[in-house]
Amino acid sequence: MEFIVIIISAIFVNNVVLMQFLGICPFLGVSKKVSTAVGMTGAVTFVMILATIVTYLIQHYILNPYEIGFMQTITFILIIASLVQLVEIILKKVSPAMYQALGVFLPLITTNCAILGVAIMTIQKDYNLLEAVVFSGATAIGFGLALVIFAGLREHLDLVDLPKGIKGTPAALIVAGLLAMAFMGFSGIV
Amino acid sequence: MSMLKTKKKEEAQMSNMQNFTKGFFKENAVFVLLLGMCPTLGVTSSAINGLGMGLATTFVLIMSNMVISMVSKQIPDKVKIPSFIVIIASFVTMVDLIMAGYVPALHEQLGVFIPLIVVNCVVLGRAEAFASKNKVFPSIIDGAGMGLGFSMALTMLGAVREILGSGKVFGISLFSDTYGMLVFVLAPGAFIALGYLIAFINQLRKA
Repeated sequence: MEFIVIIISAIFVNNVVLMQFLGICPFLGVSKKVSTAVGMTGAVTFVMILATIVTYLIQHYILNPYEIGFMQTITFILIIASLVQLVEIILKKVSPAMYQALGVFLPLITTNCAILGVAIMTIQKDYNLLEAVVFSGATAIGFGLALVIFAGLREHLDLVDLPKGIKGTPAALIVAGLLAMAFMGFSGIV
Repeated sequence: MSMLKTKKKEEAQMSNMQNFTKGFFKENAVFVLLLGMCPTLGVTSSAINGLGMGLATTFVLIMSNMVISMVSKQIPDKVKIPSFIVIIASFVTMVDLIMAGYVPALHEQLGVFIPLIVVNCVVLGRAEAFASKNKVFPSIIDGAGMGLGFSMALTMLGAVREILGSGKVFGISLFSDTYGMLVFVLAPGAFIALGYLIAFINQLRKA
């Protein structure tokens, strides 16, 4: 039951992109086509779960016992950056097909604030390891859901005749606002 | 000879001025380059939050630009980005601790977005594009200009959302108490307000 609450809340009610504004850069950057949106989602899911597990262990077995919690930001960003590199190298060797699909998105992920944000939020919310994994997985699904819906909308948006100033990013932002409004309908479920 | 010198000096001053002002209009991080969108949307529910976030980012930008321009020649190319990130992260940690100590209320409001200054593309972008190639003083100027331009954008967006959402600006009431379009304070309003602001600025730039 507890897990269901975490999952529903992370995917719909507190959607990471539309309600918490994390990961806006890829949300606006790679949402021009549904296929790239799906690829990005795959890469983010993979790295997000992995990063949350590693940062959780570091926080509870290194930072907390030695009382160096103030080093959190520095350690976490370094872990994420090196993790992304590691994943890239391993993927290239082990599964070239998957590397082909996700490779271009991996370097972008280091500066995706959703990854660092989720890692920090997991610590703030005091989840245990299993809850942290569920939370990060659900957040990644929420990210993917918003990204894919938005990409679908944007593919159609390109065909619309709009005033010059509003074309492109402004129109995309306004549509994202409407999408966020739709997601607000989920508030109160949990 | 002396004339040539003064001319060169003038040119240097000119370019410093340009370095400073480009962050406000021509290369404004938010409105033109569309960088640093997460904090822009996330913390601007009021003008004061926007200003606080902007100034925190400005501090990090100036300090990291300064240090990176000093040490960038010593850093091998392969570990350039990771070392930049470490430098930026240390200043972010400083800001985090200082704000927690002196302005706890604002620190609480901005929440997770303070540590997230580390992954703000504006900071790393300036480090890579400007500070690593230029001398110390121009880098500081560049950081200040970019940071203050970013603060300006955040404050503007925050003020617009606060006025539309609750009829206040910086906490001062402008309309009667019953006024309020709550949606502009909530998440959807952030996207919509920023969308129209960018559209407005696009239109101005093209005219």
